[in-house]
Amino acid sequence: MKFMLMMNVPKGTGDYQITSWSPDDFKAHIDFMRNLNKELQEAGEFVGAEGLAAPGEAKLVRASKTGGPPATDGVFPESKEFLAGYWIVDVDSAARAYEIAGKASAAPGPGGTPLIIPIEVRQVMSVPLP
Amino acid sequence: MADFSIEHLLRDLAPQVLGAVTRRHGDFASAEDAVQEALIAAASQWPVEGIPDNPKGWLYHVAMRRMTDQLRSEVARRHREDAVASEVIADWAFVPPPDADLSVDEDDTLVLLFMCCHPALSQSSAIALTLRAVGGLTTAEIAKAFLVPEATMAQRISRAKQSIKSSKIPFSMPSEKERDARMGSVLHVLYLIFNEGYTTSFGTELNRTDLSNEAIRLARVLHGLLRTDPEVAGLLALMLLTDARRAARTGELGELIPLDEQDRSLWNDQLIEEGSELISQTFAKGNIGSYQLQAAIAAIHDTAKSTEDTNWNQILSLYSMLEQISDNPVVSLNRAIAAAMLNGPEVGLEMLDALDKDPRIAGHYRLDAVRAHLLERSGDLDGAIQRYRSAAERTSSTPERNYLITKAARLNDR
Repeated sequence: MKFMLMMNVPKGTGDYQITSWSPDDFKAHIDFMRNLNKELQEAGEFVGAEGLAAPGEAKLVRASKTGGPPATDGVFPESKEFLAGYWIVDVDSAARAYEIAGKASAAPGPGGTPLIIPIEVRQVMSVPLP
Repeated sequence: MADFSIEHLLRDLAPQVLGAVTRRHGDFASAEDAVQEALIAAASQWPVEGIPDNPKGWLYHVAMRRMTDQLRSEVARRHREDAVASEVIADWAFVPPPDADLSVDEDDTLVLLFMCCHPALSQSSAIALTLRAVGGLTTAEIAKAFLVPEATMAQRISRAKQSIKSSKIPFSMPSEKERDARMGSVLHVLYLIFNEGYTTSFGTELNRTDLSNEAIRLARVLHGLLRTDPEVAGLLALMLLTDARRAARTGELGELIPLDEQDRSLWNDQLIEEGSELISQTFAKGNIGSYQLQAAIAAIHDTAKSTEDTNWNQILSLYSMLEQISDNPVVSLNRAIAAAMLNGPEVGLEMLDALDKDPRIAGHYRLDAVRAHLLERSGDLDGAIQRYRSAAERTSSTPERNYLITKAARLNDR
């Protein structure tokens, strides 16, 4: 069964302000994520993972009701959290997906302290083959 | 274009050659890699150069040569590491010419199945390894069938082989005492492979890596080896009788069509005949198990002209027998459906209330889906809409969700 693990981080607050971390803290964080991905690959559970660019340039696009060009809304400073990245894993049980999410949640922040990132775990729907 | 006759030949030969190489060399993990390489070489050479006179010998020869190359480089490496090492090429490295007669132990395929479906392996590892080592599928084909990257599937297979090595699972037939329990996991793995294929395909279109067909093929091989095992026959019959309905169970867009609305003229008569005959012969011998009971139920459905024409009385008693031997709440759920067909929806609904107290199934979407159907039949349409919706919100299968949403929407629109 496949699960998507979504890393929703509070925006621009305290420990999550990754751009202001020390180089060592930043490196430790990146290494942690790389090792986690490697572990998932070696376990034969890795389907995909991506980190998303910072939300500073995010846009919301909506089709026009009247058939004109779609409307694009600019950056949203008021939103409190954003999707920083996700994993898709193929595991034998939901419990294993939660275990992986638990690990990801403890990714190190400033001074090596675990960030305790909230990770939303959702099952991926099965699809018929095309 | 893929040459299906060569492909089938290769898949049939794969476990026989793997068995012979493993017996000769002892190291299952390396043997499996070597045979896989030989299969890949054959798949590219045979369509061009023609099938060799002794295809089994050819594959064995190529696989053994790979093993020898591997050993040579291993010895060279050890020499570099340790000047005093005096490793010699093992006697198994002698490779017979490809035209030499290769004796194959029929039971090797069985031993391989017991090994790959060993309970020490996780379910997904057992499935992947069985498809590769016994089914002769490539890693890429297995990865495609399960919609995961090839590297991930390769890793899963290599981990499975690692587990076999570290658990010291021998390449030998389990003892009489162990055999029943071990056979249970073999049948379960084959059943899971079938189900994975059945629930993710639609229409009659066959995929190259069609898992249902592969599971049927492996069940046929197993049945061929163990003619007298009633549960093996039961599993094969169940697969045939289920697969017979494949073309009718989904619409043009892959939407699910429930049994009572299926166009029965699309059912595959040949499979129904084969499956029914197999299960009635097996059933007559006694020694009834759960696969046989499920096959018998499938046979009653498959040979009925319509839902009304179906012998629900017989289905109900088969589910009661199944409930006694399997203690599975999904069986009780199906028994409630049969009881409702026979004695009215209220009877079925009452049985579902009892299942609400079973923590293994309480809150499961299937319970709501069945309840929705029975409420609809009893005339409580609002109750049915609510249950269809709540089931739709909890299933993880796209076709099932779409079916449930459509049911709710149609009732709501009436």
